[in-house]
Amino acid sequence: MASTAHEEHGHGHDHGGDHHHHEEHFVSKYIFSQDHKMIGKQFLMTAVFMGVVAMLLSILFRIQLAWPGESSDFLSFFLGEQWAPNGVLKEDMYLGLVTIHGTIMVFFLLTGGLSGTFSNILIPLQLGARDMASGFLNMLSFWFFFASSLIMLGSLFIETGPAMAGWTIYPPLSALPQSVSGSGLGMTLWLISMVIFIAGSLIGSLNYIVTVLNLRTKGMTMTRMPLTIWAFFVTAILGVLSFPVLLSAALLLTMDRLAGTSFYLSDIVVGSEMLANHGGSPILYQHLFWFLGHPEVYIVLLPALGLSSEIIATNSRKPIFGYKAMIGSILAIGFLSFIVWGHHMFITGMNPFLGSVFVFTTLLIAIPSAVKVFNYITTLWRGSLVLTPAMLFAIGLVSTFISGGVTGIILADSALDIALHDTYFVVAHFHIVMGMSAVFGMFAGVYHWFPKMFGRMMNTRLGYVHFWITIIGAYGVFFPMHFVGLAGAPRRYYDSTVYNEFDQDTFAMIMDLNVIITIFAIFAALGQLLFLFNFFYSIYRGPKAPQNPWDSTTLEWTTPVEHLHGNWPGALPEVHRWPYDYSKPGSDVDFIPQNVPLAKGEEEH
Amino acid sequence: MEKLIILIVIILGAIALAQLIRVYELSSKLRKSGEHEINNKDNHINGLLMFVFMILTFVGFFYLMLKYGWTGRGSAASTQGVETDWLLNLNFIIILIAYFITNFLLFYFSYKYVRKPGVKAYFYPHNNKLEMIWTIVPAIVLAVIIILGLKSWTKITSPAEADAIRIELFAKQYAWTARYAGLDNELGKYDYKLTTDNNELALITSNTIDSSIAIMGKEILSLTKLLNNRDTILNDSVIVVRRNTLSVKERLFRLVTQIKENHDKKADAAVWDDIIQNDTLYLCKGENYEFNLRARDVLHSAYFPHFRIQMNAVPGMTTRMKLTPNMTTEQMRAEKNNPNFNFVLMCNKICGGAHYKMKMIVVVKDKASYKKWMAQKNKETFKMKYFPAAEETATPKDSLIIKPLI
Repeated sequence: MASTAHEEHGHGHDHGGDHHHHEEHFVSKYIFSQDHKMIGKQFLMTAVFMGVVAMLLSILFRIQLAWPGESSDFLSFFLGEQWAPNGVLKEDMYLGLVTIHGTIMVFFLLTGGLSGTFSNILIPLQLGARDMASGFLNMLSFWFFFASSLIMLGSLFIETGPAMAGWTIYPPLSALPQSVSGSGLGMTLWLISMVIFIAGSLIGSLNYIVTVLNLRTKGMTMTRMPLTIWAFFVTAILGVLSFPVLLSAALLLTMDRLAGTSFYLSDIVVGSEMLANHGGSPILYQHLFWFLGHPEVYIVLLPALGLSSEIIATNSRKPIFGYKAMIGSILAIGFLSFIVWGHHMFITGMNPFLGSVFVFTTLLIAIPSAVKVFNYITTLWRGSLVLTPAMLFAIGLVSTFISGGVTGIILADSALDIALHDTYFVVAHFHIVMGMSAVFGMFAGVYHWFPKMFGRMMNTRLGYVHFWITIIGAYGVFFPMHFVGLAGAPRRYYDSTVYNEFDQDTFAMIMDLNVIITIFAIFAALGQLLFLFNFFYSIYRGPKAPQNPWDSTTLEWTTPVEHLHGNWPGALPEVHRWPYDYSKPGSDVDFIPQNVPLAKGEEEH
Repeated sequence: MEKLIILIVIILGAIALAQLIRVYELSSKLRKSGEHEINNKDNHINGLLMFVFMILTFVGFFYLMLKYGWTGRGSAASTQGVETDWLLNLNFIIILIAYFITNFLLFYFSYKYVRKPGVKAYFYPHNNKLEMIWTIVPAIVLAVIIILGLKSWTKITSPAEADAIRIELFAKQYAWTARYAGLDNELGKYDYKLTTDNNELALITSNTIDSSIAIMGKEILSLTKLLNNRDTILNDSVIVVRRNTLSVKERLFRLVTQIKENHDKKADAAVWDDIIQNDTLYLCKGENYEFNLRARDVLHSAYFPHFRIQMNAVPGMTTRMKLTPNMTTEQMRAEKNNPNFNFVLMCNKICGGAHYKMKMIVVVKDKASYKKWMAQKNKETFKMKYFPAAEETATPKDSLIIKPLI
C-alpha cells in the first residue's frame, strides 16, 4: 500500500526515532524543510506579512479617498516625495496601490495564505498520513510562492511604479507602457511574479490532490473525510484546472508587450502614436482572465467554508448538519464556478445572449450556497456552543457569507448589473465575501489550529477583542460602501470631486460616507495589531497546549504536541467512524475521536 | 522627532500589553484554567454580544437606508432605467428578507444555545425533508428572479428601433467626444489609421484619406532622412527604435493607400453631415437613441448613472446601447431641488491616471428646444467645420501619393 511505502520515507527522515528530529540542521528544519507542518507555517508567515503590507496599502488610499488633496504625514512617510509630494498622493500611485492591494489580497493572502497554509497542515494530519505525497514538490511550491511574493513586493519600489491597471490588469491599459506609467517595468514584474506564483500553486495543488486520493489511512474512506479536506481537495482541483488558463492569458499579454503580437490589441492610437496591431480583442483577455478569476473566488472561499464547518461542528458539540449535502454543495459550487465567468463581462460588449446563459448558471450557485448557510444555522440549533475566538470568527464568516452572497444575486442579474457594474456596490459585495468571509475563515483557522501548529495556546481574551474590533470595523467599512455604490459612484476613482461639477448633494453624501468608511478601516487595521501581537507573542511565550484542546474528533489531535517528522510516533491511526460524532446518544463523553472503534452494538451515524 | 516619539509610544504600548498578558496568564495558572477552557461567563458574554451586534447592524442598516437609501442618483431618467429600478427594488426586497431571516437565526442561535451546565447538545446529523425544503424554496425564488431579469435584459439589449437617433460616443484618454449622425441619421465610416489632428475621429472621406497620406508621407520622409543622415551619429538602440517606427509607419502607409483604392466617393456624404460635439451631449426627451461606442486607446466605459445604462468602449470594435430619456434636465433639477444639477456621462473602466476626471455633461431638452439646437448644429457639420472647401480641393487620384521608400 502506498501508505506503508510512505511510512518508511517518513522514518527515513527523522532517522528512525522520535527524538532525533531536534537534531536536524537549522537549514533543513526551518528553511528548506520538506515537512508539511513547517511548510504550512512558512506559508502562513509569508501570507501574514503580505497581508499586513496589503492592508497598509489600503489605508494609504483610504486616506486619500476620505480627505482628497489634504496633506498627510502618514502618506509622505510611506510614499516619500516621489509618490506623495507634500503628503498628497499622486494619481498614478493611487492606481498602483489599488492594484497591488487587490493582487496581494486575492492571490498572496487568500490563495497562498489560506489554501497553502491549511492544506499543508491539515491534509496529512487529518487523513492520517506521514506527510504529503511529495515533500520535495511541496517545498518547491512554497519557494515559488516566496519568490513571487518578493518580486511583487519589489515592484512597489521601482521608479515607474508598480502595475496600475487594476488587479484584473485588462489590456490594452496593461499592454501599453505609453498609457500609464505602471505598465512599464511594473507590469513586467507583475507578470513574472504571477507566472512563478501560478507554477507554485500548481505544484502545490497537484500534491494536495494526490495526497488526498492516495495517502488516506486505513478506514478513512472519502465519505469519512472531514469537510475541511473535502474543501481543500475541491479547491486544489479548481486551481489545477483554472490557473493554467491565467498563465496562458499572462503569456499572451507578455507576447503582446514584448514580441509585437496582437492577441489583445487592435486599431489603437495611444497618445499620438499609431500602432499597427490589428485583429486582436481585449475581450479575449477578459474571457481568459475570468475563466480563472471566478473559480478563484471559490479557491479563496471553499477552504474558509471547510475550516468553519469543522470549527462550528466542534464548538457546537454537534455533528455538522447534512454532511453529505455539504459535500454535495462543495462539489456543486466547484463545478458551477467554471461556467459562470461571463457574469463579470455583461457590459463588455459580449453578445447579450451569452450574457443570459451566464445569468442562469450564476444564479444557480446561490442554491448550494443557501444549502450551506442553512446547514450551518441548523448545526448551531440546539447545540451546546463553546464560543472560542475561532468559533466567533466562524459564525462571523457565516454572517458575512450571507450578507455578501445576497448582493451577489443582484450583481448576477445582468439587467441590474448594467446599473451597478464597476460601482462601489461591487467593491462592497466582493470585499464582504473575500475580505470578510475568507479572512474570517483564515482567522478562525489560525485560532483553532494554533495549538497544533506551535504547540502553544493563543490568548483568548485578546482573541475576543480582536474579533469584535474586526467584525465591527469591517462591517463598518463595507456596509456603508453599498450606499456609495447605490449612489452611483464608480470604483477606482482617485477622488469623487468630479461630482461637484454636476451633483453637489451626491458629492456631499459620498464624502460623508467615505470619511466614515476610512475611520472604520483605520479602526479595523489597528485591531489587527492585537492579532499580530497575540500571534507572535504566543508562539514564544504562550501557555503550553494540551494534546486535544477543543475536544475534537479528528485525527490531527491524536498526534503528540511536539512536532515530529512523520506525525505519529508509532503506527498510523486507523479510522472507524465519520469525523462528527459529537454528543452521540448512548456515549458518556460528548465526542468520540475517529480512531475509536465502534462500541458493541453502536451504529455508524 | 515626532516620528521617534510615536515609535517609542508604540514600543512601550507593546511592552505594556505583554506585561498585562503575563499577569493574566499567571492568574489563570493560579486558577488552574487553560486558554482552551472557555468559562461560562466569557461564553455567555460573547453570546450576548452576538445578539447585541445583530441588533446594531440591523439598526445601522435601517439608518443608512433611510438616510442615504435611494437619494444618490435620484429617480431613473430613462425608460430603460425605470424598468431597471423597478426590478432592482423587487430584488432588494427578496434579498433583504433572506438577509434578515438568516442573520437573525444565526445570531439568535449563537446567543440562545450557548453552553449551559448540564445541557447536552442534540445529536441531529441530517433530515432529508428539511434539506429538500431549503434546496427547493431558493430554487423557486431564483427562478422568478432569473425569468424577470432575463426579460428585462433582452428588452434593454435588443437592437434599437429603426428610427432611433444614431450617436457615436468616442472615448480616449481622458475625454469623450460625441458624433451625431446628422440629417441622414447614418454614421459615416471610420478607420483608425486616418487619425490626424483635424480628423480626431478618423472618419473616411476622400479628403481625409488624402490628407492622411500626405501627412504620413512627410513623416516617413523625414524619418528616412534622419536615419540616412551621415552627419549625425546615433546610438544603436536609438537606431533600432527609429527603424521599428519607420517600418510601422510604412506598413500603415500601405494600408491607407489601400483604403484609398477601395474608397467609394459616394460614401463621403454620410460623413460630411455628421456633427462632432466635444463639450456637452444634448439629448431630447422621449426620443430613442442608439449609441455606438468606440475607444481610441484603452478600454473605457460609457456610464450614465442617472439613466442606469452602461457599456464598455473597446478598441478595435463597436459596441452599442439604447437609451430613451424620459426626463429633461429641468425636470430633474426641480425634483432634486438643485438648480445646478446636471446629467453626466462618466468613464467607468480604469483607463489611466486621470480616469476619474473623464466625463461629459449631458443635457436633456424638451422637443422644442432640442429642435432649435439641432437646427443650429446642422450648420456646423464635419464638412463645414474641417473641410469647408472639400469639393473644390478634392485632388485627382495619385497626385499626392508619395511612393513607399523601401
